[in-house]
Amino acid sequence: MPVKQQDKAMPNEQPFIDVRHAQKQFGELEVLKDISLQVQKGQIVAIIGPSGSGKSTLLRAINDLDPLTSGEVWLEDKQVNKKLPHRQYEKHINKVRQDIGMVFQHFNLFPHLTVRQNITLAPKMLKDIPDAEANKLAEEQLARVGLSDRIDFYPSQLSGGQKQRVAIARALAMKPKVMLFDEATSALDPELVEEVNLAMKALAAEHMTMLIVTHEMGFAESVCDRVLFMDEGVVVEEGPPGVIFKNPKSDRTRNFLRKHLGG
Amino acid sequence: MAPEWVFPGSTGGRGSIERFQYKHGGAEMGLDFSVVPEYFDQLLLGSFWTIAVMLVSAVISFFGGIILAVIALYAPAIIRYPFRAFSFVFMGTPLLLQLFLIYFGLIQIGIDLPAFVAGVIGLGLHFAVYNSDIIQAGILAVDKGQYEGARTLGLSKGQTIRKIIVPQAVRTVTPPIGNNMVALLKDSALVSVIGVTELTLSSQLAISNTFRPFEFYVAAAACYYVINLGLEFGLRRIELRIQAAR
Repeated sequence: MPVKQQDKAMPNEQPFIDVRHAQKQFGELEVLKDISLQVQKGQIVAIIGPSGSGKSTLLRAINDLDPLTSGEVWLEDKQVNKKLPHRQYEKHINKVRQDIGMVFQHFNLFPHLTVRQNITLAPKMLKDIPDAEANKLAEEQLARVGLSDRIDFYPSQLSGGQKQRVAIARALAMKPKVMLFDEATSALDPELVEEVNLAMKALAAEHMTMLIVTHEMGFAESVCDRVLFMDEGVVVEEGPPGVIFKNPKSDRTRNFLRKHLGG
Repeated sequence: MAPEWVFPGSTGGRGSIERFQYKHGGAEMGLDFSVVPEYFDQLLLGSFWTIAVMLVSAVISFFGGIILAVIALYAPAIIRYPFRAFSFVFMGTPLLLQLFLIYFGLIQIGIDLPAFVAGVIGLGLHFAVYNSDIIQAGILAVDKGQYEGARTLGLSKGQTIRKIIVPQAVRTVTPPIGNNMVALLKDSALVSVIGVTELTLSSQLAISNTFRPFEFYVAAAACYYVINLGLEFGLRRIELRIQAAR
């Protein structure tokens, strides 16, 4: 059985993100097996593990992109995957997702819109803010990721690293409470990884609550407060990066890390 | 529109009339294009109406195609199936028959449409069905990540389809839709049979005055060709603009 995460939650503090008994089935295959996870406000959690371990599925369950088969996901005092009639649920989830920023492996920028339009689209449509304010917002967020000079470019005119930084700016423009990163640097050329890591580190310095699925152990170790090691749908081991990376208890963790760090 | 007399041994189709006129109407043998300029303004007016029919039907077929495609892919079955039946009827029956039905048939149930309106509705819906098939393919070709990217920002399904999916789908399928518009331009000649005085009917009217079918049909063909050049130029401009944004 996996280590019970409940024990790790700090007493007297309501968890910011609370995943309770998450279970997810794709047909016969059980990709998440009764996972529970609490994240405190401002915490940065890395989720590592071999591919197919369910780490992306867990992340995508947090904003209900991959709905759980059973279990609950809570963000503050709101249940994300609340059981509601279809129409009400759509309304509810669209509202909740505004608070959960997500960055994907393949950026998912809108190729038919400029960088500026990519960033302002959702705030304009969902928050009814005027054009001038939306533009200011776009400029601010782009400055944060160091891409002010690319505001009127199309995504196709940017490098992979720049695209991912725009994707981060786009997510931040909704002023989310949480940021989810799903292998944000996996699709990048090695020399472009650092600029994205820097943008993520800057966010970390601002105490953004972050969940990061990553293959980059070095980044996880230097930036994250906690590391979860997942394998075959369970959290095998979790703890501070110092413990997980230097002194793992489980053989599976050790084997995995040897492959990824041993090099 | 009905002929004043019936050609013996035939059902009186317009083609027969012209041949009859030519053989028995006293026209001289040989070609004489000098009569064409006299009817220049009539052909010009006909060209104008052909362009008008094409543009209005093109707009109907484009937006109709988008609506049909979105219904076919996203609407619940109760809406989807009636529309599928509608598409099947429009794709499986001749456009000419549809025009007759809309212009001559609907009046029996109290819907009296002017010929131009009936013509653009018939052409527009007919080509909307073809455009819909193409746009559906375009929608399915949009990367799933686009949908997820928009939904995670908090956009609803409808907003995502409208702002993210359809604009990209339409961009990828502009070339085949452009081809459809060229076909639409040519098929617009069919609305002459319900009495829209577009290019084909204008030239037929000129022929019935001059008994010179060859000259005027060639003149009309030249006009269609010029309009087609303009259309293709416009389509290329649109494609270039779209490519810049990809």
